[in-house]
Amino acid sequence: MKYIDEYRDGRLAKDIARQIAALADPARSYHFMEFCGGHTHAISRYGLEDLLPANVRMIHGPGCPVCVLPIGRIDAAIALAMRPEITLCTYGDLMRVPGSNGSSLLKAKAAGADIRMVYSTLDALRIAEAELEREVVFFAIGFETTTPPTALALKAAIAKGLGNFSIFCNHVLTPPAIQNILESPDVRKLGTIKIDGFVGPAHVSTVIGTEPYEFFAGEFQKPVVVAGFEPLDVIQAILMLVRQVNDGRHEVENQYIRGVTALGNEKAQAEVANFFELRESFEWRGLGEVPYGALRLRPKYVAYDAEKRFSMVTPAAKDNPACECGAILRGVKRPADCKLFGTVCTLDTPMGSCMVSSEGACAAHWTYGRFREKARQVDGGRAVA
Amino acid sequence: MCLAIPVQVKEVLPDNMAKVTLDGVSKIVSTALIDDLRPGDYLLLHVGYALAKIDPQEAERTLALIREAAAMGDAA
Ligand code: SF4
Repeated sequence: MKYIDEYRDGRLAKDIARQIAALADPARSYHFMEFCGGHTHAISRYGLEDLLPANVRMIHGPGCPVCVLPIGRIDAAIALAMRPEITLCTYGDLMRVPGSNGSSLLKAKAAGADIRMVYSTLDALRIAEAELEREVVFFAIGFETTTPPTALALKAAIAKGLGNFSIFCNHVLTPPAIQNILESPDVRKLGTIKIDGFVGPAHVSTVIGTEPYEFFAGEFQKPVVVAGFEPLDVIQAILMLVRQVNDGRHEVENQYIRGVTALGNEKAQAEVANFFELRESFEWRGLGEVPYGALRLRPKYVAYDAEKRFSMVTPAAKDNPACECGAILRGVKRPADCKLFGTVCTLDTPMGSCMVSSEGACAAHWTYGRFREKARQVDGGRAVA
Repeated sequence: MCLAIPVQVKEVLPDNMAKVTLDGVSKIVSTALIDDLRPGDYLLLHVGYALAKIDPQEAERTLALIREAAAMGDAA
């Protein structure tokens, strides 16, 4: 497959890992956070951690929109879908996310709610057009990559005069979340994460560009390397970060030059700006209230805003107290530190959202990491390179 | 959730749509966010919408840099 396979050459990855080992100063440790769940998945799937020297460690960040969606928003969506006039359309990732008391969209669907899995907002639009007597609500979720498709769906719905289409908006933004990780009082209190740099998300950056990260590089003196999601992309980005740390630099570098520019896709940004504005505050699972961390529809589109149109309420719902998703999303704990991991909580019976999404740290570790960890322990804690 | 995949444009269709293929599977996708589309172009496809073009020269450059870094690791 063009533009995929070339970036999966295991021999090259090992050679780059050797270069990282040669450059990493044995007297210090390097802790890099990959913000995006896509990177977490790639790192686990291709065993990249095992290639790295022991003093270069990856911390899994909060960058999976499914994992950071608070349980109350799922409850609100389920309550809406139970109304007889509503057809709720949603991306497949959301179907199994646990709500309160063991509920989920999948269970609500089994109980008779009209919930339909769609691949694209284009599908949701087609449903609204074909079934004019139904109220079709699109459960919108995602970072900056997924927001332009929601904006374009709204634009099309307005152009077609579809009065039965609306959006339950849960779009979140990357830069405020990174800022929250670096400076929220909560994180300072936990105080245990040391971050020397970030692997920035490539696909988000195709839309927003690399420029929004300049602020972190400057203000927090952290290097950021925007990287693609194939194993060679990620390992090259780690090499670039080690070099920056060694040189005492804190710049934004772009590993994904094949798809990302400094300014991003300005057409997409304009569409998003037309329809959405910042929320002053939005709750992120694991991070708490993130100031300006999410988007809502602009007031002039109130007719298309499901929250307003159906007077939706977001109940304050509590996570399972034993679930450590919160600490895991902040990089403070690892999946294996959770008491429920692999016993009560598995891929088939996820208790928390980190186990539901394939990009969640718990699911990635369950699928690819747990046997390796054992092998490493047997190996006396030495990384097997 | 936010992952996009590379696909190749086979045919540019009216209304900002295009027919694309990935490993022989074709799909009709929205190209409303992309300017100057030509058959043969590679796009990053996400939930039915193309988000960006893949620049073939920059893709080559990245591979060259990766090979260079790997060669240095070899020497190390
Ligand atoms: S293993 Fe399950 S319960 Fe534990 S933190 Fe992960 S998702 Fe939550």
